[in-house]
Amino acid sequence: MERVIVIGGGVAGMKAALDLRRRGFEVTLLEKSRHLGGKVRKWHCLFPTFTSAAEVLGGLKAEVADSDIEVRLEAEVVSFDNRSVTLASGEKLACGAVVLATGFTLFDARVKEEYGYGIYDNVITSADLEEMFRNGRVALRNGERPRRVAFLHCVGSRDEKVCQRHCSKVCCVTGVKQAIEVKKLFPEADVFNFYMDIRMFGPGYEEMYREAQLSHNIHFVRGRISEASPTIDGRLQIKAEDTLTGRPLKMSVDMLVLLVGMRSNDDNVHLAEQAGVPLAPNGFFAPKDMFAGNVCSPRKGVFYAGAITAPKSIGEVLNEGSAVADAVTEYLS
Amino acid sequence: MAAINWGFAISRPRVIDVDHNNLRKSDEILLEMPELQSCIGCGACTASCTAGNLTQFNFRKVHTLVRRGEYQGAYEEMNKCMLCGKCRLLCPRGINTRGVVMLIKRKLGDF
Repeated sequence: MERVIVIGGGVAGMKAALDLRRRGFEVTLLEKSRHLGGKVRKWHCLFPTFTSAAEVLGGLKAEVADSDIEVRLEAEVVSFDNRSVTLASGEKLACGAVVLATGFTLFDARVKEEYGYGIYDNVITSADLEEMFRNGRVALRNGERPRRVAFLHCVGSRDEKVCQRHCSKVCCVTGVKQAIEVKKLFPEADVFNFYMDIRMFGPGYEEMYREAQLSHNIHFVRGRISEASPTIDGRLQIKAEDTLTGRPLKMSVDMLVLLVGMRSNDDNVHLAEQAGVPLAPNGFFAPKDMFAGNVCSPRKGVFYAGAITAPKSIGEVLNEGSAVADAVTEYLS
Repeated sequence: MAAINWGFAISRPRVIDVDHNNLRKSDEILLEMPELQSCIGCGACTASCTAGNLTQFNFRKVHTLVRRGEYQGAYEEMNKCMLCGKCRLLCPRGINTRGVVMLIKRKLGDF
């Protein structure tokens, strides 16, 4: 059987590699960093079931370890086509097909200067909050318990000002999930979510949103925060419009959590150009078509899996890992 | 000394200042009727409102303001409601909207 090279060792890449190996192909899985697992490694619990991320990842990693998939860590890809992949070390690997599964980049919240990430203590991102959950300690910088926490949706999503016009899709439900987790840790705290739209696209998501409102008394304010500034007592003042009442609103909070979106990787431009495949206007790879060919590129032998083509949830990414194995099988047989 | 009329005045800020609002009444209302918190602001109540078609009454706006601690005038506004109940037939979250009107009137009668 021919060799298939999977580029990227996150959930999409691991699932694709496993399903391809199961179909009898020789599989090489390339990962740029020192660990398999990608972005999910940094997550604590997953929406909407609060399943541990380590549990999902652990299952996949154990399966990869038990298989005879060739895993190469710290293997950065500089170029590829449908017959070969060239690594930064200069090594050239031959193959019958390539599956690109290099995922996404988290939006850098410092770009939205008005929210003061990296300037004020206690302005954190959703990824920072997950790290606090993983470490088992959520607290303000001075060690105190927060009394009021605000979540801001759509940071680096649906925002022309930072060249990210697309919706990152999963931040809405992440914001609701994290708000519930914060409220469970600090039942006496007030939790506010500031949103433009709440997009609960998946099974159980809307129910989770309703539970946040009904059972956890989490407040939802429709309006984008315009700026955060420090108060004299070291808290943060935020301003927004409460668009449902048509009036400006301000309040001070102890902690501001920015729900950062998914943007396309910087090296997508270079990779797409040298492989001769198109990118969508938002910088993600454009699949052959959005329906029957959503894991295929327009070029034969080059395939996509996961958040390489658009922001996706982990469940969707796992499905694409299987779908791409099917598409590669059809192509190589 | 008599107040000098300078010919101008300072407008009261329109901003909802959550820090300075007393949320006690708002918390009491939500505790008694948690379903009000599940409002998604769709506006079906206000679109169907008999009173809203004849007056400035806007049910969604008034109960949202009450939840933010803005009680001024809420009782008088809620008095415009005719309790016809069309809003309750439409609410996608199943909120007992007439119950909300009566609750706000009961809690905020002295504002």
